[in-house]
Amino acid sequence: MKLIKAGLLAVSLLACGGTAFAQGIDDPTRAPYYSSLKGKKVAYVPVAMGFDLTEGWAAGIRSAIEPLGMTFEVRDPNWSTDAGAQAITSLISEKPDVIVVHNPDVQSYARLLKRAEDAGIHVVQINMRSSYSTDAFIGADYVDMGEQMAGKLIGKCSPKNGGNGKVAIIQGVLTAAASAYQMQGINNVFGKNPDMKVVSNQAADWDATKARNIAATVLQQHPDLCGIVGFWDVMDLGTGAAIRESGKNVYLITSGGGNKAACDGLNNGTYSEVVSYDVPGQARDMATMIKQILQNKQKAGAVKTTLFSPLTFMTKDNINPGSCWTLAAKK
Amino acid sequence: MSIFGRLTQEQIVLGLAVLLCIGFSIALPGFLTANNLLNLLRSVSILGILGVAMALVVIGRGIDLSLIAAMAISVAWTLQLIGTGMPVAQAAVIGVVFCLAVGMINGFLIAYVEIPAIFATLAMGTAVYGFGRYFLFNLDVLYFPDHARYLLWLGQGAVLGVPVPIYLFAGVCLLAFLFLRQTRAGRYLRAVGDNLAAARISGVPARPIIVLQYMMSSLIGFVAGIVTAASVASMNTRIANSTFVYDVILVVVLGGIGLSGGRGGIRNVIVGTLLIGVLLNGMTIMDIQYTLQNVIKSVILLTAIVIDTILNPRDEQTAQQGDI
Repeated sequence: MKLIKAGLLAVSLLACGGTAFAQGIDDPTRAPYYSSLKGKKVAYVPVAMGFDLTEGWAAGIRSAIEPLGMTFEVRDPNWSTDAGAQAITSLISEKPDVIVVHNPDVQSYARLLKRAEDAGIHVVQINMRSSYSTDAFIGADYVDMGEQMAGKLIGKCSPKNGGNGKVAIIQGVLTAAASAYQMQGINNVFGKNPDMKVVSNQAADWDATKARNIAATVLQQHPDLCGIVGFWDVMDLGTGAAIRESGKNVYLITSGGGNKAACDGLNNGTYSEVVSYDVPGQARDMATMIKQILQNKQKAGAVKTTLFSPLTFMTKDNINPGSCWTLAAKK
Repeated sequence: MSIFGRLTQEQIVLGLAVLLCIGFSIALPGFLTANNLLNLLRSVSILGILGVAMALVVIGRGIDLSLIAAMAISVAWTLQLIGTGMPVAQAAVIGVVFCLAVGMINGFLIAYVEIPAIFATLAMGTAVYGFGRYFLFNLDVLYFPDHARYLLWLGQGAVLGVPVPIYLFAGVCLLAFLFLRQTRAGRYLRAVGDNLAAARISGVPARPIIVLQYMMSSLIGFVAGIVTAASVASMNTRIANSTFVYDVILVVVLGGIGLSGGRGGIRNVIVGTLLIGVLLNGMTIMDIQYTLQNVIKSVILLTAIVIDTILNPRDEQTAQQGDI
C-alpha cells in the first residue's frame, strides 16, 4: 500500500513538476477566484445618477467587476426616496448577489436593507449610511470630517490666531446623514472653543442658488465674516460666487468627491479649501469589498465592515493637474 | 371696512411688504441699508423674471408648469454645447430655439388640440426634463465652461453698483409691460384671457395668440435660466423637479393676477416678488432655519389670500369663470 502511494506521488510530482517547468506554474487561487465571481449580479441604487459622486462610483465599480464576468445594473430613482424604496423592493425579489445602496437619509431604507439581507442578498452602503448596518459601509467619516474642517477654521479665524471668530455654516439637507454627522463634528469642536461665533447656520438643500442667496445675505449682515463651512462643493459654487461678488476675503472650506470641478474651483478662487473623500478610491474600496464578500461565501449580514475613506485636504497650493479626477477618464 | 373694501389684492400685498419692511428696519440692524436692499432685490430677480413669464401666460388664462423644466434643460444644453467647444453665440441660439420649440408645442397642444393648459404643460415639463437628461447630456449639474466665464457677468456683475440681474429683471418687466399695453398682440392676449369665445367672435386670432404666449414664456424662461447659471457658475437641472414652479405661480397669484385670466399686469408681479424678497431676506438675517422659513412664508401667503377673499368676495362673474 505504502509502495503504491509513494509511486503515485512520484508519478504525479513528475507529471506536475514536468509541466510546471515547461509552462510556468498555475496560480492555485486563480480558478476559484474567477469562478466565485463569474456571473454574479451587482445592483446599484444611488439617490440619483447624473452627478459626479454617483457617476464616479458607478464607473469605478463597473470597470472593476465587469471584466470578471459580473453584471452591473443601475436603478436610478432620480432623487425620489419612494422610487428608491421600490427599486430595492423589486431587487429583493430579483435576488442579485449584491446591492450597493446610497441612502438619502438614515431611516428610509433601513427595513428594506434588513429584508434584503434576510433574503440572502449582500448589501454594501456607500457614503451616506442607514441606521441599519449591513455587510459593508464605505464612505467618509463625516463626524471626523466636520471636526477637522472646524479645526481648520479655528486655525484661520480664531481670535487666538488673529481672526475675529465669526463663521457661518451652510448645510445640505438637514436629515441627510452627511449633513447631520458633519454638524455633530463641527459642534464637538466649536463647543470646546467658545471664542468661535457661528453667526449663521442655514440649510441650502444641496442647491447652489439657495446657498448663494444665503451667503450673500450673511455677508451683508456680517461684512467682517471670517470663514464659511459648506457641506458640498457643488452646492458651494453658489457660496463662492456670493463671496466673490461681495469682494470680501472669506475663507470657504467645503467638501466633495474630488472631481475636477473642485480643482477648477480652487484654481479660480471659488473655494479656499476642499476636503476630498476621493470617489475613485471609494469605488475601488467597494469593488474590493464586493469581491471579498463573494469569494468568502459568507452569509449576508454575518460580518459587518466599516471602511472610512481617507480624506485629502486640497488647497490651491498643494494640488497638481493629477489631484482631481474626471468622469471622462473613468468611463 | 368701507375704506379697506376698495383695496385690491395688489395694494394689500404691497401694504404687507411695506409693513414687513418697516418692522425689519426697526428690529434688524443692517436691514435698511442700500447694500442689503440691493441684495434683497438681486436674490429675487430670477424669481421675478420667471414671474413675468408666468404672468403673461396666466393673463392669457393659461398656466405654464413646464417653465422651469424648459429653462433648466435649454440652458444646461447650451452650457454643454459651449463646453464641447461650440461658439457661445451658436450654442445660445440653439438654446433659444429649443425653448421656442417647447413653447410652440405647448401652445399647439393647448390652442389647437385643446388640451387643458395645466395637463399639457405638466406633461411637457416631465417630457422636456426626460428628453434633456436622456438625449442631450447625462449630468445633473452642468458647470460653466472656463472659456465662457465672461458670461458670468450677467449673473455676478454690477453696473454703477447695482447688480446686473436687477437690470435684467427691470428690462424684462419693461418689455412685458410695453407688450401688454402698446402692442396689438398684447391687447389680444388680455382679450383671449378674459373671454376666449367673445375674443374669437370679434375677430381676434385666438389660437395663434395662445401659441405666442407660451413661446414668450419659454423665451423669458431662457433669460432667467442664463441669469441663474451665471449667478452660480453652473446649472442645476434638478430644479426642474423641484417646487420652484409653484413659487413662481405664488408670486403671480399673490401679486393679484387671478388664475381665471384677463386680469392684472406686470406691476402685480413686481409687488408679489417684493413681498417674497423682503420675507426671505429678513428671515435669513434672523438666521431662521430653512424649514421654519417655509412655514412662515406659507402662513403669510395664506394670510394675504384670506384677506383678499374677505375684502374682495367672489361675485357672480368671477364664480362663473371658475379657477384652475
